[in-house]
Amino acid sequence: MLSRTAENLYWMARHIERAENTARILDVAHRSALLPLDIEGTEAYLWYAPLNITGCAGAYESRYGLARNDAVTHFMTFDADNPCSIYSCLKAARENARAVRGAITQEMWEVINATWLEVTRRSQGVTVDGNADFFDWVKDRSHLFRGVTLGTILKDITLSFIRLGTFLERADNTARILDVKYHILLPRITDVGGAADYYQWGSLLKSVSAFEAYRKIYRDVITPSRVAELLILRDDMPRSLHACLNEVEAALNQINGGSGHEARRLAGELHAMLHFGRIEDVLMQGLHEYLTDFLDTTAQLGREIGQAYLSRNHLGRFSSMSKVA
Amino acid sequence: MSPVMVRFGRRREFRRLIVEGTSPWHSNCFIHGMNKTASPFFNEMTAPDGGIRPIYQRYADWLKDHDSTALERKGREAELLFRRLGITFAVYGEADGAERLIPFDVVPRIFGGEEWRRLETGIKQRVRALNAFLHDIYHDQEILKAGVIEPQQVLGNAMYRPEMQGIDLPNQVYAHIAGIDLVRVAENDFYVLEDNLRTPSGVSYMLENRKTMMRLFPELFAQHQVAPVEHYPLMLLDTLREAAPPGVEHPVIVVLTPGAYNSAYFEHAFIASQMGVELVEGQDLFVQNHRVYMHTTEGPQQVHVIYRRVDDDFIDPEVFRADSMLGVPGLINAYRAGHVSLANGVGTGVADDKSTYLFVPDMIRFYLGETPILSNVPTYRLGLKDDLAYVLEHLDELVVKEVQGSGGYGMLVGPASTQAEIAAYRDRILQDPHNFIAQPTLALSACPTLVEAGIAPRHVDLRPFVLSGKDIRMVPGGLTRVALKESSLVVNSSQGGGTKDTWVLED
Repeated sequence: MLSRTAENLYWMARHIERAENTARILDVAHRSALLPLDIEGTEAYLWYAPLNITGCAGAYESRYGLARNDAVTHFMTFDADNPCSIYSCLKAARENARAVRGAITQEMWEVINATWLEVTRRSQGVTVDGNADFFDWVKDRSHLFRGVTLGTILKDITLSFIRLGTFLERADNTARILDVKYHILLPRITDVGGAADYYQWGSLLKSVSAFEAYRKIYRDVITPSRVAELLILRDDMPRSLHACLNEVEAALNQINGGSGHEARRLAGELHAMLHFGRIEDVLMQGLHEYLTDFLDTTAQLGREIGQAYLSRNHLGRFSSMSKVA
Repeated sequence: MSPVMVRFGRRREFRRLIVEGTSPWHSNCFIHGMNKTASPFFNEMTAPDGGIRPIYQRYADWLKDHDSTALERKGREAELLFRRLGITFAVYGEADGAERLIPFDVVPRIFGGEEWRRLETGIKQRVRALNAFLHDIYHDQEILKAGVIEPQQVLGNAMYRPEMQGIDLPNQVYAHIAGIDLVRVAENDFYVLEDNLRTPSGVSYMLENRKTMMRLFPELFAQHQVAPVEHYPLMLLDTLREAAPPGVEHPVIVVLTPGAYNSAYFEHAFIASQMGVELVEGQDLFVQNHRVYMHTTEGPQQVHVIYRRVDDDFIDPEVFRADSMLGVPGLINAYRAGHVSLANGVGTGVADDKSTYLFVPDMIRFYLGETPILSNVPTYRLGLKDDLAYVLEHLDELVVKEVQGSGGYGMLVGPASTQAEIAAYRDRILQDPHNFIAQPTLALSACPTLVEAGIAPRHVDLRPFVLSGKDIRMVPGGLTRVALKESSLVVNSSQGGGTKDTWVLED
């Protein structure tokens, strides 16, 4: 496959997944904002969470100052100047798809193109009332895209690069959601275990569609260590780090060729850490430290993938190859 | 581009017909006519006596049962389909994301099997002669030695590529993909307006128009035996395989596009995916030891045939324009070494040039020993004594142009000019007759078309696509372009030309 094609497929999938995750994060923020939490400064804390998770708090503050509901929502949904906004992600996904129209199926293209046309339409007349609808719509489009992809595309490395993008992005997001929630949302240590705590862990689970799964598996109160176990270690939970790394590793093995040894090694190492890890050890190391390590390693993995498959810098390798021959 | 005159019958009313370069058919034309008056020009559906031409009878019957509101609804449906499929062309210099649709008309243009076969024979004959001409001028130049064409006409032409001299191409084919633009003036009278031998576009519209029509009007296809065009991509793939360098049994074929911001990008991507080959940009290819490779996830992979949609000038910065970012450095040397084939070949521009056009009928006689089946628009060369005499007599009904002129500058449109203008132009001609040609005005045929006022005749042309490999292949049909607007002179992409599905009915 052309390296440029692989690059576009990979980023197309990452951008769609990122749009979905941003919608999830905002959805939870909006739900949480409805709760009667009379803790001082909660609103600002609440609205910093989405900014911190996506790593764009700095860009936001320089333009809007303190985190507020309407400004954060606009910034992260339809703000064309924010490269992390849902609008920008869907636009980038569409541009990636357009660059590789020949490599994806007609139905995939139609979903991405229709999504883009619709988001431009919606961006012109958004109402606060429509927020929940909009987040649902973004999630729907992402689900539809995945469904159409699996239902129409040949299971070759085209699909592998798409899966790679999807699950690397998802792993990154789940880790960020978990991390930020754990450290930022509780203003005072005495709140731990209180009503606010319950709602916040509950909404965290909802944001990654894990609330029902939690009930089904643990049939018990929500505790941070169980949430961490569910979202880090359990591979039957579709958005957990373990489940994501299963897919990443499988995709890399399918792609194989090229010079992806280091990428495969890193993915294998990450996967083994999740596969054989115990939640007690994770908590002993400290959840934040554990997740920081994880995010660093996935970022490194992303760079290795870029180097091995997506860059067009083969000339050097080719020259050395032909010398041998 | 050259404006052509449309003549509207005995009342000597003339309407200007603009043939104008417009995305995505850069080098070519949208046709525009004005027809406020009743129609003395050939109507594709209605015979002069008011009856329906037999080939349109079934369609006309169907049309009687459908009012234009129903058709308009179908038209809007088609537009939605096109937009969803992203069948758009980008407009340079417009706001981010500006992509336009080319208007699609839901009324088909219909040919009978018999008349199509005659056209097809004529088109193939023409393309065969053009390829023979290209091979000849880049080899022994017999046609120049025989005095049929003055050497200066070819060797002095800016599109003549000395780099190609003596290079042998597989099957001696230069123009693998040709688009021959035709207009009709009478039942059996077709003229070739232009031969497009560089990177003719529009074939994706031919294919998508058909798909859309089948979706919108399945009942019409049940009633008519419309010859299929859907196999065009496979024919193209066969043609490209046959273009591979000798000895390459399983050639790797790619489509080379200038990129996603090119106005015809949709078509490039469409064709690549229809053939199941990679769509590459210049940056994806590199040349090593006179061989062309593409960067893949598996490392470098050799490429044997490049269906390039990048013009000669931009294809290799080491040979042609050095500032080109679209090309591949070293490509021409690999091509000359015979390790990669380009479709179309380099240097075809010399054969579809406006001034070379005059000689195509001579080429047919010279190379094939046949009588040309299709006519050129009669062209008077004022450097010839007889022609000059005739033209000076008839300046008020002819269009006179400078040979090297372009864009309609320095042109006399006789029927639209005053006596004083004609007299002034006559003086210019007499100063240097060699520098001028003249053509009569043509009454282009019109085809029923859905416009705001309902169904009305609008002028059409036709671009069939011709594939040359070991054989010459065509699908029955082509791209019909239609002038949609009634009252403006210049057609550009924002206000004018549309396309129609073209049907060839099997008898």
